[in-house]
Amino acid sequence: MKIFKIIFKNAFRHKLRVFLTIVGISIAVMAFGLLRTVVTAWNAGVEASSANRLVVRQAVSFIFPLPYADREQIAKIPGVEVVSPFMWFGGVYLDKKNFFARMACDPETVFDVYPEYLVDQSVKETFKKERNSCIIGEALAKQFNLKLGDVMNIDGDIYPGKWQFTVRGIYKPRDKTVDATQMLFDWKYVDERMKQDSPERAGMIGWYSVRIKDPAQSATISERIDALFKNSRAETKTETERAFQQGFVASSGAIITAMNVMAFVIIGIIMLVLGNTMIMSARERTREYAVLKTLGFQGGHLIAFIAGESLIISLMGGLLGLGILFPFVAAFEAFMPKGFFPVFNIENTTIIIAASSALAVGFAASIFPIQRALKTSIVNGLRHIG
Amino acid sequence: MANAITIESVSKTYQRDKMSVPVLNNVSLEIPEGEFIALMGPSGSGKTTLLNLIAGIDRPTKGRILVGGTDISTLSETSLAKWRSSKVGFIFQFYNLIPVLTAFENVELPLTLTKLTKAERKRQVELALQVVGLSDRMNHYPKQLSGGQEQRVAIARAIASDPSIIVADEPTGDLDKKSADEIMTLLTRLNKEFHKTIVMVTHDPSAADRATLVRHLEKGDLLG
Ligand SMILES: Nc1ncnc2c1ncn2[C@@H]1O[C@H](COP(=O)(O)OP(=O)(O)OP(=O)(O)O)[C@@H](O)[C@H]1O
Ligand SMILES: [Mg+2]
Repeated sequence: MKIFKIIFKNAFRHKLRVFLTIVGISIAVMAFGLLRTVVTAWNAGVEASSANRLVVRQAVSFIFPLPYADREQIAKIPGVEVVSPFMWFGGVYLDKKNFFARMACDPETVFDVYPEYLVDQSVKETFKKERNSCIIGEALAKQFNLKLGDVMNIDGDIYPGKWQFTVRGIYKPRDKTVDATQMLFDWKYVDERMKQDSPERAGMIGWYSVRIKDPAQSATISERIDALFKNSRAETKTETERAFQQGFVASSGAIITAMNVMAFVIIGIIMLVLGNTMIMSARERTREYAVLKTLGFQGGHLIAFIAGESLIISLMGGLLGLGILFPFVAAFEAFMPKGFFPVFNIENTTIIIAASSALAVGFAASIFPIQRALKTSIVNGLRHIG
Repeated sequence: MANAITIESVSKTYQRDKMSVPVLNNVSLEIPEGEFIALMGPSGSGKTTLLNLIAGIDRPTKGRILVGGTDISTLSETSLAKWRSSKVGFIFQFYNLIPVLTAFENVELPLTLTKLTKAERKRQVELALQVVGLSDRMNHYPKQLSGGQEQRVAIARAIASDPSIIVADEPTGDLDKKSADEIMTLLTRLNKEFHKTIVMVTHDPSAADRATLVRHLEKGDLLG
């Protein structure tokens, strides 16, 4: 008979109590994992952003457009390598529920600024030549079962009318943090229609993505860009892409902070649940521990018994929790509007934090009972009724 | 014959809420090897306390206790634990078996602290259970056994590591007459056939009759 066998038998002495404790821990671990996954999904945009990219937007708000004419001036600033315009297009594809980024861009430069969207050279060439072609992300293609040559009909809202785009390329994301749900098409195609329908809106873009040579220069270059348009009709605000994304995320920052705090509060709750179980078990066994000591078992043995039992319970809860986390996250994603979180997966760090928290909680919950078991003298333990 | 146990002017005082409660007053006692001694006396007279001191699970406030030539009042906590596991077998009024372990595992428990191999342990456990007549109940859990049977498992546990001294605190206190008689017959056998020195606390005169020596405690004083 090994010590481990005794620990195991002890852990399952009160089947219902242990079962409830394990279920409690696993639900908490699952909730922790889900919260962390939502938080990391939210932050994924920030992490994916690059330090050598600046975003130039209208000073008041990024919903106001900038003149296309600014482009050349920005390009002249030393340290600027590529200036690429973007415009949020909006519109409805098939159904209002379908939520993914539809963006007008410059086919000549878009992939120089965003090398993380991987496409073949031949696709890039077609994209430059064919006005109404579009390139879509791999995930988007999969979601709507789109193949090369398919036509996508978009009902315009910001840019009214019926729009048709032919899928000429499907980009692959360079890694997991890259959004693979975007739709990119030629800004000139949109602008030409604007020139006819509402000329006052022609020649405008949403924002510029600027690739710079040296990230250390970002502050200086940003200042110089903004200085160019000072006192013009459309003053600009330039910041690193990371800051731009953070600004985006910051609007929901309070909620994110709350979720982060909640995630760690949950760990505290697991500790209380397990601590309570362990204290109850150890108290009931006061006399048994005294008997074990009488038979010659020592402090180290009792520590192994109690900590071992606590760890078995916490690890089983932790494993079960991680086991149900995956289907839960999948279900959660299915429940959210499609593409709401372009990147939604359980990070390894989340798994590691969850597992090591369960482990740490297992240790922590056994401290009190261990201390008590060691402190109680044999004579008093044997006199204990309970 | 040499003395198995020598108690020299032992006093024991418990601290309770800043008050000292004297429990044993200057008790001296010699127990020769192979003796079966019964300690009797009214409730609260200090019988359990004296037994605990002999068994090395409590320490005297004053005096010395020599067991098999070792002064156990000077041993460290660790040495005392080792000493207990090899030299003393314990029998309690309420059996104190571990409920999640089978009869076999309960008897094996103290042997897990020894260097014996698995096969050797198995032999010892089977032998001990055979002595107490429970070979057919090895895989039963305590709650599947009667009180008398549980106490016999406890006796098997006490003798498994072959100690020279057995201490028993009211071993029949919770049993009916018939089971009590069986337990006493068993203890007598351990004393006669296996030459164990036995120190037993009891309230039961018929149990005390089986002992070779009876001593009385009264308010912490050893009479006679
Ligand atoms: N650990 C302790 N702390 C404080 N007082 C104690 C402790 N153990 C025993 N006492 C006190 O010492 C006295 C003797 O107790 P002991 O258990 O030795 O009596 P006993 O003769 O075995 O009695 P019983 O026949 O009821 O078992 C009692 O008054 C008891 O309350
Ligand atoms: Mg007593």
